[in-house]
Amino acid sequence: MTTLIEAPPTDADGLLPSKKKSSGGGLGQYILIRFLLIFPTIFILVTLVFFLMRITGDPITAAMGGRLPPEQLAERITAAGYDRPILVQYFEYLGHLATGNFGTTLSDNRQVTEMLATYGSATLELTINALLVALLVGIPLGMVAAYRRDHAPDAVLRVFAIVCYGTPVFFAGMLLKLTFAVWLGWLPVAGRAKTSSELELTSLQSPTGIYWLDAIRSGNMAALGDVMAHAVLPAVALGLLTAGIFLRLVRTNVIGTLGRDYVEAGRSRGVSEFRLVTKHAYKPALIPIITVMGLQIAVMLGGAVLTETTFEWKGLGFQLATYLTARDFVAVQGIVVLLAVIVAVTNFIVDIVAALIDPRVRY
Amino acid sequence: MSTPTTVEPAADPRASLFRRLPVISHFNKSVGLQRGMLVAGLVLTSAFVLTAIFAPLLAPYGYAQLSDADGNFPAQEAPGGKHLLGTTVGGYDVLSRVIWGTQTAIMVIVVAVLMSIFIGVILGLVSGYIGGWLDRILVVIADAIYAFPSLLVAIVMAIVISGGQSSLLGGIMAAAISITVVFIPQYFRVIRSETIRLKAEPFVESAKVVGASNIRIMSRHIYKNATRTLPLIFTLNASEAILTMAGLGFLGFGIEPSSAAEWGFDLKQALADTTSGIWWTGVFPGLAMVLTVVGLTLMGESINDLNDPRLRGRKKAASGKGGPDSGAAGAGIQAEVSSS
Repeated sequence: MTTLIEAPPTDADGLLPSKKKSSGGGLGQYILIRFLLIFPTIFILVTLVFFLMRITGDPITAAMGGRLPPEQLAERITAAGYDRPILVQYFEYLGHLATGNFGTTLSDNRQVTEMLATYGSATLELTINALLVALLVGIPLGMVAAYRRDHAPDAVLRVFAIVCYGTPVFFAGMLLKLTFAVWLGWLPVAGRAKTSSELELTSLQSPTGIYWLDAIRSGNMAALGDVMAHAVLPAVALGLLTAGIFLRLVRTNVIGTLGRDYVEAGRSRGVSEFRLVTKHAYKPALIPIITVMGLQIAVMLGGAVLTETTFEWKGLGFQLATYLTARDFVAVQGIVVLLAVIVAVTNFIVDIVAALIDPRVRY
Repeated sequence: MSTPTTVEPAADPRASLFRRLPVISHFNKSVGLQRGMLVAGLVLTSAFVLTAIFAPLLAPYGYAQLSDADGNFPAQEAPGGKHLLGTTVGGYDVLSRVIWGTQTAIMVIVVAVLMSIFIGVILGLVSGYIGGWLDRILVVIADAIYAFPSLLVAIVMAIVISGGQSSLLGGIMAAAISITVVFIPQYFRVIRSETIRLKAEPFVESAKVVGASNIRIMSRHIYKNATRTLPLIFTLNASEAILTMAGLGFLGFGIEPSSAAEWGFDLKQALADTTSGIWWTGVFPGLAMVLTVVGLTLMGESINDLNDPRLRGRKKAASGKGGPDSGAAGAGIQAEVSSS
């Protein structure tokens, strides 16, 4: 219940709470301040990543070192401008970022922006699927655990939650793959779709890149079934990771609200305990889920890197792993920066939604 | 055994020293389900630590051993016979690598958590105590790192430290330092907020009046009070350290199999085996990892619940689900704190 009323994570200033007068700004001002806070967050991460990645040397030596003769290497470094002072490069990089230019990858010579657009949709699809699994598994089970508090179902579910959290996504993925794809043969082993349906879906006019959406739009039911079958295992592997966290959160919060006066009032009127949990107690308990969901997006994106590698799901995470192996740090930097932007924006949206639902969050 | 139900989270000072030891006192306070979880956590964690200590005795072969007196080990042999848990593609003995892997895991945990506590506590103390612009900058940076996927932070750090190359001790240090960077913001936040709270306490003011220097106040008066929650964060972070290290290993930033046994790396190698139905190369290192993490988490969570009187199961009153629940009081306190 400690998470029942949680200040948004941006509550950064350490002033005493009493000094924080409820200055009559209201929602508009809160949204504005919260929006402006996105930029320093992104800026700091971009700066940190840029300088950290350059401490080790220039990207061309990292990618090509040992494979090119030194004079050719030096030539390429000069051509790319990596021999200039680091601050000059930094400001140039910032300027490029502001205009949406992330550079060109070294290993396969593609525009980073184009690469991000191609693979971003796959990661988005995986994250949405996984989030659905997490919510569908976590919320009902959390309510069951709260309803049967301190009894056998509660014990089993709490251990289940810890196991969910304690299993690395790639191991969960491997087990799922072994069981349902290799031994039982029910579901495909890896990938996002069969080659045939992939071809059909990518040749559509203005594809969204989210396969099930494309399949529905084109009315291709065979492809839709194929895409769905491919999506199950990765979504479950990644979703279970977060499901455990949702389960615990719902449990704690439902137990918290179950002791409130209005629930007590319902109980005294003879409302059944089951109805109290499912109707009265659980709605207010869902508010913290929204806040935590924002933080979970970051966890999920991290998990997506591992899930995509496990299932050869060709998204940003899979590409990131590939570029890491190729030591293509320009591409890595591009992906990391994009993910930073996504995380910052999601947190912003989540904070706003939380403030709309619960006025106490605003300050 | 019969501790009064109104016992304070801090152990009774009159009890014997043995009873006041952290885990013992928690055990005495626990009841039913909570005690079960605590014991399960303790058993798993001790098994993990003992395996690491006695790895040289327990493991049938070395972690990088490829042959014995009878010749080379076969590749991808199913469990049974000479190789209890089978062998990998490269011909390593799976059981031996699982056992030796505990040592690597413990080393990384200890180095990572100690470093992050050390740096995080110092930064938190200084930032909270001095305040001003230094505080603001540190908070913004810590928040930015905190909000970011920890695995990505670790990847960036691994690139910085080892350039992605995996070497002997360098691999362990790279993993540990990468994890440290992820953890520092957490310790920093906890210690900083505690410091800010403690700074206003009368005993700090009296120390100032007596003429104690800032460093002395920070290191003696605030430090001791602000770090009480650290053991708990330690156990929770230890499990996260294992997961982060395994993630790094899985992506190929781990430690070469010839330098040490590392579960994440083994899982990466095993991934290709799964499609041909070879399960033992991946399942066993994975299980070792899950059991370790679950053990540490169970222990940390039980201790956390037992330290918080609102979450602690009650010895007798815990039977009925009716009656005013402790949650009401908890929520009330919480609301009071945030509205004041």
